[in-house]
Amino acid sequence: MNFVAPDFMPVVPELFVLTMACLLLVIDVFLEQRQRYITYGVAQLTLLGAALLTLVTYAHAPVTTMFGHYIKDAMGDLLKIFIYLSSAAVFLYSRDYLRRRDLFKGEYYVLGLFGVLGMMIMVSAHSLLSVYLGLELLSLSLYALVAMDRDSPVASEAAMKYFVLGSLASGMLLYGISMIYGATGSVDLQVVSDAVARQGADNLVLVFGLVFLVVGLSFKLGAVPFHMWLPDVYQGAPTSVTLYIGSAPKLAAFALMMRVLVDGLGTLQGDWQQMLIILSVLSIALGNLVAIVQTNIKRMLAYSTISHVGFLLLGILAGSPEGYAAAMFYAIVYVLMAVGAFGMVIMLGRTGFEVENIDDFKGLNDRSPWLAFLMLVIMMSMAGVPFMAGFYAKWMVLQAVVNIGLVWLALFGVVFSVIGAFYYLRVVKCLYFDKPEQSEPIHISLDTEIAISANGLLLVALGLYPTALMTWCATALLN
Amino acid sequence: MQNIYLGIILAPLMGALIAGLFGRKIGRSGAHWITIIGVATAFLLSLIVLRHHVLSGAAPYNGSIYTWMIVEGIRLEVGFLVDNLTAIMMATVTFVSLMVHIYTIGYMHDDDGYQRFFSYIALFTFAMLMLVMSNNFLQLFFGWEAVGLVSYLLIGFWYKRESAIFANMKAFLVNRVGDFGFLLGIAAVLMAFNSLDYADVFAAAPLMASMTVQIIPGADWSLMTVTCILLFIGAMGKSAQVPLHVWLPDSMEGPTPISALIHAATMVTAGIFMVARMSPLFELSPTALSVVLVIGSITALFMGFLGIVQNDIKRVIAYSTLSQLGYMTVALGVSAYSAAIFHLMTHAFFKALLFLGAGSVIIAMHHEQDIRKMGGLWKYMPITWVTFLLGTLALIGTPGFAGFYSKDSIIEAVHASQIPGAGFAYFAVMLGVFVTSLYSFRLYFLVFHGKERMDHHTQEHLHETPAVVTVPLILLAIPSVVIGAMTIEPLLFGEVFKGVIMVTPEHNVLEHLAEHFHGAMNFALHGLTGLPFILVLAGFGSAWYLYMARPDVPERIRQLAAPVYDILDNKYYFDQFYQRFFARGSCETGTVLWKYVDAGLIDGLLVNGTARWVGWVAAVTRHLQSGYLYHYAFAMIIGLLILLTWFVTR
Repeated sequence: MNFVAPDFMPVVPELFVLTMACLLLVIDVFLEQRQRYITYGVAQLTLLGAALLTLVTYAHAPVTTMFGHYIKDAMGDLLKIFIYLSSAAVFLYSRDYLRRRDLFKGEYYVLGLFGVLGMMIMVSAHSLLSVYLGLELLSLSLYALVAMDRDSPVASEAAMKYFVLGSLASGMLLYGISMIYGATGSVDLQVVSDAVARQGADNLVLVFGLVFLVVGLSFKLGAVPFHMWLPDVYQGAPTSVTLYIGSAPKLAAFALMMRVLVDGLGTLQGDWQQMLIILSVLSIALGNLVAIVQTNIKRMLAYSTISHVGFLLLGILAGSPEGYAAAMFYAIVYVLMAVGAFGMVIMLGRTGFEVENIDDFKGLNDRSPWLAFLMLVIMMSMAGVPFMAGFYAKWMVLQAVVNIGLVWLALFGVVFSVIGAFYYLRVVKCLYFDKPEQSEPIHISLDTEIAISANGLLLVALGLYPTALMTWCATALLN
Repeated sequence: MQNIYLGIILAPLMGALIAGLFGRKIGRSGAHWITIIGVATAFLLSLIVLRHHVLSGAAPYNGSIYTWMIVEGIRLEVGFLVDNLTAIMMATVTFVSLMVHIYTIGYMHDDDGYQRFFSYIALFTFAMLMLVMSNNFLQLFFGWEAVGLVSYLLIGFWYKRESAIFANMKAFLVNRVGDFGFLLGIAAVLMAFNSLDYADVFAAAPLMASMTVQIIPGADWSLMTVTCILLFIGAMGKSAQVPLHVWLPDSMEGPTPISALIHAATMVTAGIFMVARMSPLFELSPTALSVVLVIGSITALFMGFLGIVQNDIKRVIAYSTLSQLGYMTVALGVSAYSAAIFHLMTHAFFKALLFLGAGSVIIAMHHEQDIRKMGGLWKYMPITWVTFLLGTLALIGTPGFAGFYSKDSIIEAVHASQIPGAGFAYFAVMLGVFVTSLYSFRLYFLVFHGKERMDHHTQEHLHETPAVVTVPLILLAIPSVVIGAMTIEPLLFGEVFKGVIMVTPEHNVLEHLAEHFHGAMNFALHGLTGLPFILVLAGFGSAWYLYMARPDVPERIRQLAAPVYDILDNKYYFDQFYQRFFARGSCETGTVLWKYVDAGLIDGLLVNGTARWVGWVAAVTRHLQSGYLYHYAFAMIIGLLILLTWFVTR
């Protein structure tokens, strides 16, 4: 049997991240605690290097390699760039938090980088095997990250729940993959797609496989009713890990949906569209309604995530190029908002005090007008107020849904985003109209402050010039 | 050039933002310097634009500078259309605004809201420029609402005064009526043309001339007529035409510089500007033009009458403003758009002058505004006296002064017009000349001449106002005298508005005038023998006789013609009617809605109901979100099963 070496050029960014993560593991062993910032620096440099490699090799036409298991195309590269970007922001925002909590360990960064690698593989997966591989690599890193604060009972409980439920979801996904393999005889998404096109939607095994796949993917995204882990994990995990879970993995999960459902099972669109409608309706409704009664900010943001996932699904289920582009735009904007919001939660903490409740934001305007303004921008954007990025994102997915004739669904989305505006505005009310309960000054290192300012202003800029990113998304999806 | 246009827009905005947000830090002088520098920059750049377009004859600029988004092919954007019309408006607006800024230093000297005031007027300048420079309906509407907002804020500037709050609420509500029509008009444009861009709409307009629309089933209305009348309703609100005029006299509750800038020279002329800008649409609907003409003539004449019986110095000028706006509207109605813009411009100068002069008097009189308590001021404040007299002469249309050229052109244009309503309009504007002259000189005599009727204390402290007040007066007096003679030829009979304002040949009344026009000098000499001048003299004579020679006569006339006086004193009962019918009606409807719909349906069922429902959902979910792992796994399995059965049993 001859072994033909695959073309390694397209996977250079992955190889780079892998090498650096392994290297970091070794370096970290030889560092003392006070030199830990070297680990942090190397992790950031890794992301920077990967970003440069991806940019330099930006794919203008799709290339498959690794015997068809891996594809490098513009959509993947675009998403990867935002994965690096948000992960870099995550590392930066959580640095001081980890230090405060005595969690400033090499593992966080090593696991973080492995997670990034997992996401990269998910984004570029071109077979069901690489889908599973990437997903598990990410998930295992996340389980470990959640459990990192070993002495915290809530964190351990959250990690346990996440692990068990995640395994269950992985099992379902794997089961679905096996059925698809049984029906089509291949795991290569191209082959699967051709086979499905021949067989049509009448093959019950295929539909069974599809349901299991959708369930597995929905778990990753956190769509209702597969969302139960989300609030508990978001709340229980150390905030730096919540920040990580809540951001870049959503981009990877979106890519996964696109790869599996659109590239692989595009012919079954009629079937998965109905499933996604159910999931998105439930997510939008439950996410927004339950978020209203939350007092814990992390839990509130968890439910808000669920509702955003519902909106994201609207774009995918539209099944049109503009819908996909809108969903992609939504995913990117959502990640920027989530990073900002959780970043804000982290930053307002200090030694011996962490922000847990919405009330902790009271009177922020009196303590730091600039941070209050940034939080205002993030909340307004999440609520979908015009001239913020979030508005345009919502608008585009709703328009995509209207264009395929599902006006009721769009109306439903609008009504619930109005309901949802309540809990975002409540935070704004806390920021500006309540008296502060604490008077301690807020200390934020300069680089963090610059990053969060850029983060907030980016949301305004994307609201004012949405077309730039939108065009980028649309062209990336075209080739 | 694009950078210059942007600079004109942004300079006042920067000033407004800095003065508004950091007013406390930069202090009083910081606030006036930053805004004055901003507006002065805008003025100087506007002069460059004026030279570039009007004098050098550069082609109009039409371009978008920022596109927010494109929805179904409709572009939502900010763009500039700068042609001769815009350039003239920009120069006028920024000049008057600059004068008012400087004047404000003196007028608001002791006010606590000093920085706030400067921030507002600079913001107003920005909004007004956005309005006139717009190249699409959406931005026009933005500017329209933004100037309305600032006007509202400034009428209620002294927000602790009950009358000011009442007046700004009134202005707000009345303008809402107009703006609603305007918005519907824009919607009609959007519906018919599927574009909001001026250039697209104007290019497509002739094709739509014969299109009809059914609003009430069975009745076919011309689309153009409906659109134009709706747009004109917006203009009626903003430019205070009968019956939406009631807010303007009350707006005098605001500080006097505002009355000069917003409620005389610029904002209220936005409606006039808008109709002139939309001339390609209005020309297609003779019906709409007739409506414009009749509304304008009613306003011009009947609002003038009210000026005669007012005793508040600012209100007299306010009614004069209403009447002059009526003249401009009349000009629009007879398709003499350039005459309307011409009068708009001259009026901006002399009316700003009169208001600022009145403000100067008010400062000197320690905020006494009743003209019955003035008199003989000429010897105490010579500069105010002379400039006020020049403004008055311009307003009444003394041959040679700015107002004469513009007003006489309008009268001649109406005379030449054939459209329905022109006969009445001619009568109205002619009689209006007499009325204008009468109330203007009544005001002038009562304030500056005759017996000194103020109390002793005030009289002792009477003196001329400081230079920041008088210099703007002088600077405004110059154009009030000369601008008409200088610009009548190019504006009315030249090529300035060619391609900007569209007039169909059968409506082109200015062409008739052009045949008899032989230079500005000749026009003025000819005016000396015309009927309008005789009426001006008659008005002057009556005013002199009634208020100088025989001050006891007006009282006797009042007793003799009590019913007429009552009608005028009550302003034709418009206020009472609106108050009883609309305001109280709305309040009562509101009460009913509040009691039954709001408290019962909305609060009871929807709000509390939703809250209960949300609480219930949350409680159930919280119950589901029990924290037990097996519950979670169970939910997932159930979800999976439901999806499976859905697809298998389908």
